Amino acid sequence: MTHLVIQAVLAATVLFFVFNLAALHTWMERKQSALMQDRIGANRAWIVFPRWLAPLNWLLRSFNVLGLFHPIADAIKMFTKEDYIPPKGDKFLHTLAPCLSLFFALVGFAAIPFGNTIEVGGHVINLQVANINVALLYIFAVASMGVYGVVLAGFSSNNNYAVLGGLRASSQMLSYEIAIGLTVMGIVMIYGSLNLQELVRAQGHYLFGWLPLWGFVVQPIGFLLFIAAGIAETKRIPYDAPEGESEIIGYFVEYSGMKFGMFYFTDYLETIMIASLATTLFFGGWQVPYLTQAGFQFPWGAAFALAPLTVSILQILSFVMKVLFFCWLFMAIRWTLPRFRYDQLLKLGWHYMFPLALANVFITALILLMVPK
Amino acid sequence: MNTAQTRQHTMMLNMGPSHPAMHGIIRLVLELDGERVVNSDVEIGYLHRAFEKSSEQSGYLQVIPYTDRLNYVSPLINNMGYSMAVERLFGIKPTERCEYIRVIMSELSRVSDHLTCIGASAMELGAFTAFLYMIKARELLYQGIEMVTGARLTISYIRPGGVKADLPAEFEPHIRNAIKETRKILKECDKLLTRNRIFVDRLKGIGIISKEDALAYGITGPFLRSTGIDYDVRKNCPYSVYNRFDFDIPVGTTGDNYDRYLCRMEEMEQSLQIVEQALSSIPGGNLMVDTEGREIPAAMMVDLAKMGETEGLIQLEVDLDPTLQGGTRKYFDAVEAPEKRAVLPAKEDTYGNIEGLMQHFKLVMLGHGITPPAGEVYQAVEGGNGELGFFVVSDGSGRPYRVRVRPPCFPIMAALPLMINGGFLADIIPTFGSVNMIGGELDR
Repeated sequence: MTHLVIQAVLAATVLFFVFNLAALHTWMERKQSALMQDRIGANRAWIVFPRWLAPLNWLLRSFNVLGLFHPIADAIKMFTKEDYIPPKGDKFLHTLAPCLSLFFALVGFAAIPFGNTIEVGGHVINLQVANINVALLYIFAVASMGVYGVVLAGFSSNNNYAVLGGLRASSQMLSYEIAIGLTVMGIVMIYGSLNLQELVRAQGHYLFGWLPLWGFVVQPIGFLLFIAAGIAETKRIPYDAPEGESEIIGYFVEYSGMKFGMFYFTDYLETIMIASLATTLFFGGWQVPYLTQAGFQFPWGAAFALAPLTVSILQILSFVMKVLFFCWLFMAIRWTLPRFRYDQLLKLGWHYMFPLALANVFITALILLMVPK
Repeated sequence: MNTAQTRQHTMMLNMGPSHPAMHGIIRLVLELDGERVVNSDVEIGYLHRAFEKSSEQSGYLQVIPYTDRLNYVSPLINNMGYSMAVERLFGIKPTERCEYIRVIMSELSRVSDHLTCIGASAMELGAFTAFLYMIKARELLYQGIEMVTGARLTISYIRPGGVKADLPAEFEPHIRNAIKETRKILKECDKLLTRNRIFVDRLKGIGIISKEDALAYGITGPFLRSTGIDYDVRKNCPYSVYNRFDFDIPVGTTGDNYDRYLCRMEEMEQSLQIVEQALSSIPGGNLMVDTEGREIPAAMMVDLAKMGETEGLIQLEVDLDPTLQGGTRKYFDAVEAPEKRAVLPAKEDTYGNIEGLMQHFKLVMLGHGITPPAGEVYQAVEGGNGELGFFVVSDGSGRPYRVRVRPPCFPIMAALPLMINGGFLADIIPTFGSVNMIGGELDR
């Protein structure tokens, strides 16, 4: 019974944070793009109380000025807009498609370990919603299921642009799922597990006693390929062929209101998903360099004892910061590069990424065979 | 076996007018095989405003505001083309200073035109940041234009016989600074785009048009020059004072989107150089001539009292006589026949004294305005997109008999199917972007 409660609490926490981070992503996107483009960015959604609540206004002022209420304004707008279903479209599938997309984007987070363990009231809690042995496979499985939402959206809209978008999405997903699957194989071979928590724990060792043995140290090519292919998963520029708003408008051309919002949300969730995966596989997950369960132990001999709870919190913070770093990186890329053409995108996937990833797996295997453990 | 059964069906797709890349005013009817364009048909006319017919209904001066709306990204060049056509009907030549101002303003407009074109096509390819950088540069130039003309878009600054107003004192430092900033931004965008692999892949070898086709369709401007033909109205039939400046005409080799992009980038630099040269060598003098070619002193354009120079005016006794024969005779002359100015009086005069108001009234009312001698004139200027021609026919009355505009993007739009057929759907976007289709000019 306690086990169930703990799991429910964990799931609710993860869901809460992921949802909020995705909503904040819209703010991040606005502000970061504004920063890059010499603009101020959205700052018009203000919450202002009557004068007799002036202290509250004073407290809210910085939020107002920073435009932090824009996600809320967006949500209100999305929910109050007309939900339009094209008369000749398939009503059921049209409604199902965004739900599928959102669902599969969300369930993947269950397998992401966001911390080591935490001890609450005598229970040692593994900070991961579902400790699945084949977590990596599970995540890729649900991620590729997400494309069904996109394809169905294109198909059920009865719109030529949407169909083109759906087709593009499915072929893109096919090409990049394979590349992305192969890029992480090197990691799996080196650390010898598909369990993400195990993978992260395995990244706590040190090379030469001081260099954290994180994924990107042992698999630099795999890391770069994973980032490149991972952005393709998120369907954002430069890989936004399925959306390509100036070409085919996108698979969601016939969506409005919150259904459109769900697709939009899915994009952000997928970005966070890829960021979390990149963190977990290549950036040591929740690992903080030289931080053990007892506290910091630096390679030059200094030590700094910390309470177990502090250590856990530091580890969670480390995970969040790394995820935010990747989100920032993806957004910087998104606002810098133009879009690939559909065929160039597939060519990049099959002609360059796939062989490179394959070669990476092969070389990793060779090295593992030759170098004794 | 019946082969007809295995025939694949193509998909008909209406691209536009409600499409993000079609500016809301173009419809491409596409026949698609998967993502390949098998056939296409360009439908224009969504922004038709009957410019040419309206011009026949109004006096020569009232056409000027209409010309602002032709290519609304570089309205100064349109003003200039039309004004020069009317000037040629009268057989007059504007003053030196006026010519220099016209050249400066045209070149600034050309830069803003190219900035918009490249920025917008980069944005349509997903490079939103480069677009906003370029718009920032355009904003600086617009500020300079606003300083001189008082407006940003519908400026009506250049009129037959001259320009509306002189350059303000703060114009030169502002523009010199703007040129510096624009160069910096262009360099930045050059780094972002020119050797960006994705950008080059999207443009290179796409939307190719051969020299022969381009000439056969009557394409001019950067579009023609990208095929390797160095036709530029400014060089080939120099107008105004362009022959006094040192500038190059960049040409491409293959006539694809990438060459057009490079041509435009280089042309901006050349235009900035022209502006710099003109700013350093601009002579002083009057700004306007009347319809008989006599210079109008600048002082006549300003109402002294409005400028606060009331000395000598306060104690002035005015002889009023109902027939305008006595002391007011000199104003009467200015209002009636001998006054041949083609430009409206300064607004201070129009609103400040009766003579100015009457003169304004006379100029804008039908049958009272300027009347060039009968004849016809074709005047071409180099617009942002190519040769912008005005063919004006006068029958000796106060209204033009015919005003025909040769819009540079019309032939390009006619040739568009040639460039997009056989390519990908996604290739339409950069090709169409490099056309720099301006609806106001295309549909008129």
